[in-house]
Amino acid sequence: MTVATPMYTADEMMAVAAARRLRNGTVCFVGIGLPSQAANLARATHAPESVLIYESGTIGAKPRHLPLSIGDGALAETADAVVSVPEIFSYWLQGGRIDVGFLGAAQIDPHGNLNSTVIGDYERPKVRLPGAGGAPEIAAWCHETFVMLRQTTRTFVERLDFLTTVGRPRGGGAGVTCVVTDLGMLEPDAQTGELVMTELYPDVTAEDARQATGWELKVAPETRTVEPPSDVELEALRALEPTTGETVRT
Amino acid sequence: MAEIVPLGEAVRELVHDGDVVALEGFTHLIPNAAGHELIRQGRRELTLVRMTPDVVYDQLIGMSCARKLVFSWGGNPGVGSLHRLRDAVEHDWPGPLELEEHSHAGMAAGYAAGASGFPFGIVRGYEGTDLAERTRVRWIECPFTGEQLAAVPAIRPDVGIVHAQQADEAGNVQLWGISGVQKEAVLASRRSIVTVEEIVPALEPRPTAVFLPGWTITAVALAPGGAHPSYAHGYYDRDNAFYLRWDEISRDRESFRAWMERHVLDREASPV
Repeated sequence: MTVATPMYTADEMMAVAAARRLRNGTVCFVGIGLPSQAANLARATHAPESVLIYESGTIGAKPRHLPLSIGDGALAETADAVVSVPEIFSYWLQGGRIDVGFLGAAQIDPHGNLNSTVIGDYERPKVRLPGAGGAPEIAAWCHETFVMLRQTTRTFVERLDFLTTVGRPRGGGAGVTCVVTDLGMLEPDAQTGELVMTELYPDVTAEDARQATGWELKVAPETRTVEPPSDVELEALRALEPTTGETVRT
Repeated sequence: MAEIVPLGEAVRELVHDGDVVALEGFTHLIPNAAGHELIRQGRRELTLVRMTPDVVYDQLIGMSCARKLVFSWGGNPGVGSLHRLRDAVEHDWPGPLELEEHSHAGMAAGYAAGASGFPFGIVRGYEGTDLAERTRVRWIECPFTGEQLAAVPAIRPDVGIVHAQQADEAGNVQLWGISGVQKEAVLASRRSIVTVEEIVPALEPRPTAVFLPGWTITAVALAPGGAHPSYAHGYYDRDNAFYLRWDEISRDRESFRAWMERHVLDREASPV
């Protein structure tokens, strides 16, 4: 292995970049997958007082390893409280008590609108995706929302096949304020709301980002280069690896 | 007052072809054994309701039990697609499946309204989404503030089915851990079946548990292990390895059928 070879994967860089966006003490509504990984990394490093809320009704979950689902036993066992699903979506989410919503999606458009419903026509979809879940109200009612998805011309599209979640909703929050990809980070332009590439990972160029985007991507005049993951971050991230598959029925 | 009966009898008497049936469970306490009994008894034309349809709904759909699915997120959590659900929607196999989809907040509000006997629940949501066109919501104005809100029709299943840790001999039920919308699903339904891990002489009250008095339930059936591959807090863990394996088993129509023959159709309901 040469010195120039990064000692981390693109997904790890993505998780670390997203985790850094979470300030300590943030109350965060977490989706499963990449968002859960990033939020738990933040809690394991610089943001130990962050409160992780999963839609299964677990408030203040502190899993030691990443859960496979939003309702694994480890979430309930480590939570400050477990409330019902109607309660989590009414008192806590629509009640405006959550700082950051953390979502994934299958497609995003230039205004941060998200599709997690179908690829292709709704009536005769090419790919039927799982559907809305909590996403529409998370984006509408958290104070702000971060989105994580890998950047390709298939995921970053001019026009969504289906608009599941509004990027700049009329709700109580600011909507999507940050999109973390495997190339860098995008933020909405203050005037137009259009997503602009503002940060790039080491060794990623603006041209790489343009090539991976299905619309005429705007890149900030001076993009920031994201610091590579530190040893501490990488170690914490790898220690979170899910216990998937080890569970034995008793 | 709930009758304590074998699972096969509960399903035979309370679930009919064409019924609207909600088997609820939010990752935890998913009534898999009851779902398998529906499959064994060959129920048809069901409208299946659930916020988070997962493996057991994939099985019911793939085994031709369902005509329609009412849901808010249909996937194998942390793993990916439900291949049988996708095959039904994308290729009409084994038959067409009508969809009515909501957001979680919308569906939770629909259940809460059903449990309360209200005609609809309200959500601050759906606005600006393509979902609004595709689902059953109407816009209403708050009579006090003028705010526009989404009204979601109450969910009132013919039969609500949930799994719990314990019942006592009088049919009172207690469940704890992640409780999802199980309480709402039972109270919203015209008839209900609760399968349990264990029937105990007397329930030990747990301060944070969900308690469903026997007089709110139609039938209680003993089904130890009945939530597997999901879990029963305090009894057994989630079988994450099975959820990963299901991705392979269900991807192909033949291997799905073979698995169902072997593990569901050829088996008896849980003994009593």
